[in-house]
Amino acid sequence: MTAAVEVRGVSKTFNVGRSDAVDALVDVDLSIEPGEFVSLIGPSGCGKSTALRLIANLLEPTAGEVLVNGKPARQARLDQDYGMAFQQAGLFDWRSVAQNIELPLELKGWDKARRRARALEVLDLVNLPEFANHLPWQLSGGMQQRVAIARALAVHPPLLLMDEPFGALDEMTRERMQDELLRICGETSTTVVFVTHSIPEAVYLSSRVVVMSPRPGRIRSTVDVHLGSRRGIDTREATAFFEKVTEVREALRGIGAADPVGAEEVGVEVVDR
Amino acid sequence: MFVLSLLLIALVWELYKAVGPQDGGTLFGWTILPRANDQAMPHVWDMLARYVEPERRGFDTPIFVVVLQGAWFTFRLSVVGFAMGTLVGLGLAILMARFKVVERGLLPYLVISQTVPLIALAPLVVSWGGKLHIGAFEWPRWLSAAVLGAFLAFFPVAVATLRGLTSTPPASLELMDSYAASWRQTLFKLRFPAAVPHMIPGLRLAATASVIGVVVAELSTGLAGGVGRLIIEYAREATADPAKVYTAVFAAALLGLVMTGMVVLFDLVLMRNRPRETPA
Repeated sequence: MTAAVEVRGVSKTFNVGRSDAVDALVDVDLSIEPGEFVSLIGPSGCGKSTALRLIANLLEPTAGEVLVNGKPARQARLDQDYGMAFQQAGLFDWRSVAQNIELPLELKGWDKARRRARALEVLDLVNLPEFANHLPWQLSGGMQQRVAIARALAVHPPLLLMDEPFGALDEMTRERMQDELLRICGETSTTVVFVTHSIPEAVYLSSRVVVMSPRPGRIRSTVDVHLGSRRGIDTREATAFFEKVTEVREALRGIGAADPVGAEEVGVEVVDR
Repeated sequence: MFVLSLLLIALVWELYKAVGPQDGGTLFGWTILPRANDQAMPHVWDMLARYVEPERRGFDTPIFVVVLQGAWFTFRLSVVGFAMGTLVGLGLAILMARFKVVERGLLPYLVISQTVPLIALAPLVVSWGGKLHIGAFEWPRWLSAAVLGAFLAFFPVAVATLRGLTSTPPASLELMDSYAASWRQTLFKLRFPAAVPHMIPGLRLAATASVIGVVVAELSTGLAGGVGRLIIEYAREATADPAKVYTAVFAAALLGLVMTGMVVLFDLVLMRNRPRETPA
């Protein structure tokens, strides 16, 4: 079976050859199987967002190669093999909710009726069926983020790339969105690469948590999480959950920098590059 | 609010007439205070009354009909000039947004173009136009005036649109990138819609600028039929009939307002779906 994502010996340096050159990622290897939910976690500057953008082919690696669905990342982007969601929902103000979701389909040249049908389908999936004709600014932050996820899912991508998608939401909305996301991934059997700052979020959602360290960014360790496929409020209070949270926290603490996690968990932070 | 300020201006005008020196005044040795006699500053009611009187003795049509006809003529030229200027401005903005080199090379010339005095340019455009024969197409004189309107109008459109096209949120550009969208798709689906709030002020400036361009062109090339020509004609009669010239001047001002009003309408239509807080 081809890996959903295959990252081999990838390094990324910004401003190559200049005095302000920065090694964002050094020698990263990562293989993700279809159906896996993998979180990338680490303090600011560890290159987790950079790693995500390399997989998305929004950046080209300085060295090494990235394969998505067995194809070079660039081809995968051209083929729309993944959907992407960012911390900011990034909906277009001038388009209705349904039109926002239709955007990637429009770019692929789908006809109007088919687009609309698919938009309504994914709106159903994210539990916002009655909001098709609303405008983005009429929705709450959580609802906007759901629309953004629906937009990412519109093209039926086998892979979902998410860059702190719930980072700007309040705690309650955030937990609800996490459950939604798990349900959606279960229903669509989508592979997910998820960048986050929050340890509980990573543990709760993932089958595997990849812990990264900064300066230069590299993978420090990997924590396998097996909390079962039926997660809910009980999971969040289970001993197994806390054990995994502790394991990830200790892996992060081992990084050495003065407790980066405490500060990160508080929250809203600009995407690190 | 607009009516109120209009009344206020009329009031100030009359107040100055009442207290101002009849033959102008000197302040610290400078003759800067305008003369307040009826010749230089006719009463507001005289100006209004002048509208219903005939243009000249022996004619029946009241002057407002003549002035409105002139304004209509100038209005059509302004609309043509505005449209041409907007098209050119948009085209230049797209080119400059697409190719950084073009922006660096072209923008200084655009700025210089706006410092060329229109009065000097007007006869040139007319003479170039006169020499132009493309097949059966004969360059009409009015087109020269419209071109001069466009010459003033394209600049604010180009600058505002360029600004709008280049201030697209990076996150949205990244999103379009992730969809493997072409530059063209990104331009029409993202950059242009996102640029609208930036473009509106440019279009408003262009609307009034095109009127100015056309009026000045009428003045300096002697194109008959428009409000610009009326202003010149009436100004010559100012000694005998001081209120007359103001009827045409106000018509020109009204024209600018109407043109701006069209842009405001356009703005309302385009922005009807956007959040109200969006800074214009």
